[in-house]
Amino acid sequence: MSDPTPLLPPSVIELLDVALVGELTVVDEAGLPITYPLIPLSDGNVIYLTSSVLFSRKLRHIKANPKVCLSLTDPVAVPVEPFHRATIQGDARVVEEDVHEGWERLLPMWRAKEPVIDFFLKKRFGIPLFFERSVIEITPHRVLWWEDGRASEPARVYELTGVS
Amino acid sequence: MAKLEVADAISRAQTYPHAVLAYVGPDGYPVNIAVDFTGSATGAVVDVGALDPDLRPADGQEVELTFSHIRPQPGVGYDERRYVNLWGPATPTGAGLRVAVRRASGWDEADTPFFEYAERGVPAGRDYLDELGARPRLSGLWTVFLATRLPFLTATVIPVGLGGVVAARDGAFHTLWFVLALVAAIAVHLGLNMANDLFDDANGADAANVTPTPFSGGSRVLQYGLVTRRAMVTGCATLYAVAVGLGLFLAAERGWGLLWIGAVGIVLSLAYSAPPLRLVHRGLGEPVTALGFGPVMALGAYFACTGRWSWQPVLASLPVALLIALVLYVNQIPDRAGDAASGKRTLIVRFSAAQVQTGYAVTVVGAFVCIVAEVVAGVTPAWTLLALATLPLAWRVWNGLRAHYGDPYALMPTMQSNILLHLLTGLLFVLGYVIAVVS
Repeated sequence: MSDPTPLLPPSVIELLDVALVGELTVVDEAGLPITYPLIPLSDGNVIYLTSSVLFSRKLRHIKANPKVCLSLTDPVAVPVEPFHRATIQGDARVVEEDVHEGWERLLPMWRAKEPVIDFFLKKRFGIPLFFERSVIEITPHRVLWWEDGRASEPARVYELTGVS
Repeated sequence: MAKLEVADAISRAQTYPHAVLAYVGPDGYPVNIAVDFTGSATGAVVDVGALDPDLRPADGQEVELTFSHIRPQPGVGYDERRYVNLWGPATPTGAGLRVAVRRASGWDEADTPFFEYAERGVPAGRDYLDELGARPRLSGLWTVFLATRLPFLTATVIPVGLGGVVAARDGAFHTLWFVLALVAAIAVHLGLNMANDLFDDANGADAANVTPTPFSGGSRVLQYGLVTRRAMVTGCATLYAVAVGLGLFLAAERGWGLLWIGAVGIVLSLAYSAPPLRLVHRGLGEPVTALGFGPVMALGAYFACTGRWSWQPVLASLPVALLIALVLYVNQIPDRAGDAASGKRTLIVRFSAAQVQTGYAVTVVGAFVCIVAEVVAGVTPAWTLLALATLPLAWRVWNGLRAHYGDPYALMPTMQSNILLHLLTGLLFVLGYVIAVVS
């Protein structure tokens, strides 16, 4: 895990804490954006996502181009009152020294959002490749923030520095 | 994600309340922002609502629109996962944009259930792991459990047990010979399961199957890279060697007639999926299964105990023979697309859904009629009528077949009930013999 002092704005951390799904956009080999809905996890400094090797295209894209963007846009998947929206740009790295168990350090955060994961983990023998997983760690550099959720309006921009 | 037709994708997109517009900004970082939209499937365009002027793609720039939906399920997570991606060049229209959609992809778990979606990713996942120099891991016990398909041993325990109780009724049960016969039969069965996986892997039937379940589609240990082919071949050969060794010993001790029974069993087990016969490919899997896991095993156990031939174990095993054939029959239903694609023309591939259901009804009724007829004919003791208690289970399977024939995952409880039908009917049938012997 990263530095315990959170550098993401508290309001963004609040969104990340409750978001069941965020939209991760990566850049493909043709230089075009491609977006994947994923469960975002965060410790306040770094955003974590995990991807099974079964769905490894995004991992290849990130390895080739680490510039990514994650948005929290869906009022249903991000249940906060009042509703806000955020887009977080940053650099991602794929951590996969141990795809079998390495990702399990994120399990407490994952479980908090998707408790049913424990049920499937107990049946890991039935879907073994699903639980061979890489971790995507995003170091955020910039946050675009819409206080009232209306992304057609100018965003408040947070330039983040000192995040390691 | 799977490729979608543009018009279909735009039609699907219109069911979502908002979109996420993504493009690559001047600094090379992607930008994605929530936008309002209206789509036209016929025109293959999507009009995006007003945007912050500082967050607009360049005129003509390739952009992506993503539409995503989940339904939160408190205490569980979420379901109803679906999303659509559209790509195309964007041109300004006042404060908004018009995107001329040129390609699309997406996933909806209502169309492609998650487990099928994951299964379709297995080849790519294997390639990725190979590149990492990693292999999926399971404990040794779980690997053996999966590779041998251990839970299906009930198919062996029932007919062998039946041969033992028929021998007991003839006053000739012998514990040691019975146990050795049981171990030999188990070795053949587990060896057969591994051989079946090896041949189905070689002919592409398992790889073509994207809807495996715990009851169908093979063990998948080869497809998932949990076990090498070499290890499977070694395991399979070892099990057959154990079976042959025990068979020879039993034949030497109890009579050479047992050699013929064992030989028939082993030949059937290999001919089931091995070339050149590949009986299961010819729609003969069910009769072979019925023969092997009915009369052959029951007679083998009987002969091992008594040292002599008899029609009694052969006739007594007919109901469970029919029921175990139905286990194979029903478990092949989810495999039918993959089997057909690989030329494995099982009965399920050859029959229509209605014919499969009728075939099930006729055979299961035949099994229960057989139980009654054998008692009436004086072949089996009256106590074996206890086995009729499982009739409601047969009814449940029949209804499940009709309700869930086309949905492999919804069919799982039916497959489980069908396996239980064989197990419980067989156990009650054996119990009937035991009561007759001790009373």
